[in-house]
Amino acid sequence: MANLVIAEHDHGSLKAATLNVISAASVIGGEVHVLVAGHNAKAAAEAASQVAGVAKVLLADGDAHAHRLPENTAAQVVAAASAYSHILAPATPYGKAVAPRVAALLDKAQISDIIKVIDADTFMRPIYAGNAYATVKSSDSVKVLTVRGTAFAAAAKTGGSGVVENVSPIADSGVSTFVSAELVKSERPELAAAKIIVSGGRGLGSGEKYREVLTPLADKLGAAMGASRAAVDAGYVPNDYQVGQTGKIVAPDLYIAIGVSGAIQHLAGMKDSKVIVAINKDPDAPIFSVADYGLVADLFEAVPELASKL
Amino acid sequence: MKVLVPVKRVVDYNVKVRVKADNSGVDIANVKMSMNPFCEIAVEEAVRLKEKGAATEIIAVSAGVAQCQETLRNAMAIGADRGILIETDVELQPLAVAKLLKAVVDREQPQLVILGKQAIDDDANQTGQMLAALLGWGQATFASKVEIEGNTAKVTCEVDGGLETISVKLPAIITTDLRLNEPRYATLPNIMKAKKKQLDTLKPADLGVDVTPRLTTLKVEEPPKRKGGVKVADVAALIDKLKNEAKVI
Repeated sequence: MANLVIAEHDHGSLKAATLNVISAASVIGGEVHVLVAGHNAKAAAEAASQVAGVAKVLLADGDAHAHRLPENTAAQVVAAASAYSHILAPATPYGKAVAPRVAALLDKAQISDIIKVIDADTFMRPIYAGNAYATVKSSDSVKVLTVRGTAFAAAAKTGGSGVVENVSPIADSGVSTFVSAELVKSERPELAAAKIIVSGGRGLGSGEKYREVLTPLADKLGAAMGASRAAVDAGYVPNDYQVGQTGKIVAPDLYIAIGVSGAIQHLAGMKDSKVIVAINKDPDAPIFSVADYGLVADLFEAVPELASKL
Repeated sequence: MKVLVPVKRVVDYNVKVRVKADNSGVDIANVKMSMNPFCEIAVEEAVRLKEKGAATEIIAVSAGVAQCQETLRNAMAIGADRGILIETDVELQPLAVAKLLKAVVDREQPQLVILGKQAIDDDANQTGQMLAALLGWGQATFASKVEIEGNTAKVTCEVDGGLETISVKLPAIITTDLRLNEPRYATLPNIMKAKKKQLDTLKPADLGVDVTPRLTTLKVEEPPKRKGGVKVADVAALIDKLKNEAKVI
């Protein structure tokens, strides 16, 4: 049997998270196929066919997939599902919207957010905000999985020689329509794929201060910017900045937590970073218990100094 | 318009759970239990829809042990009109919960089901989407804004990189994200009133649903501990460490 990866893409190219899922599928074993459900998405399908380890790409190109609505994507996956033992999606908002729908339509359980493949039926996943790791075995004939990107290295974008096969796109479900999108255009790297992240918490005091203090440092380092739930709740930054249990899970080479106290829900989202730096004026802040380098200081002095000396 | 709001009883947000010594699970004996925070947001949103005149009746439903009654009373104290408990001691997994909820939807015929996007115990993030699939309904996940316009719901959803607005035909499923609203505190008079509201109890068998788990948890363990490092004296020392020791900049 083969494994089917549900690609996340923007029709023209693959989203980075897809590469991590392809890796996870390769670890399970068996052929790796990728489904690209899109509109004028030939370029994304061709990109997928080049990825190391991909044997085949199913391209479902049609109007129904123009806005990647989960009802339509899921129906497309189900139409192809009979040939597969494992169906995998990234644990991103898109993958999380689609995969459970697929699982329910197939009457199969889903295992969310896997961080390790033990064998073809058994997977490890975090529960309770990552305070415990559960090893879970499925008794279903088809395993529907979402994959935590930070737990699997990205597959190489080249080296594969998959064939692209056109499959008939399904008709639009008619239950949901796209209205509009407000996407923040940013020169910065994507949070989930960034090598360096500068992250701010409640200690910054306001959205204005968040931008004023953190932006020069992030610019200097070419870093993505993140935030704790407390900072999001307080309205400093939009929700998609949130790192933590219910936000994004990140594992950059360097994570700089500024004015972040280190609630368990935040630690759940960043504790697998290679190097963690914490800057906080409270020497007892829990963030210091996971930080490789801690600086007890007033962030409003220390951060500008850091940015200027780099 | 009838609105159904499923609510889950979970270990309280502020409790740091401990893994049991025999690695069979986490220890939840004598631990404070509360309504899952995202479910609270779902109840609040339903109450707001009722206050705006868009919803007429709010039914809270919970599945699990007898103590889930407390969670339902809590939902009724926020403003749900009545509660349904599907009582079972079996470990419920998302697919089974979705099937139970589908059976309740078939009975009650709501036009809208609002659920939390994720429960903070199993972190599965599946039930709403599964229920939508079983019903053949549209879904709006990770909602940060909900407007009912005639027979559609216009929902703004949190996606990577920003927001996306979709229009879903009713009946539909909405799952809540953090910023949809801030749930109100239940007042004492409302807590008292909630005690008198109707609460029906059913068994999975009454709904004809097989809740046998499909997944077996073989082991639950502590994640590898990250060791705290060193405190540095000043910014210069920090830069030196990052450049010469960690070599990350």
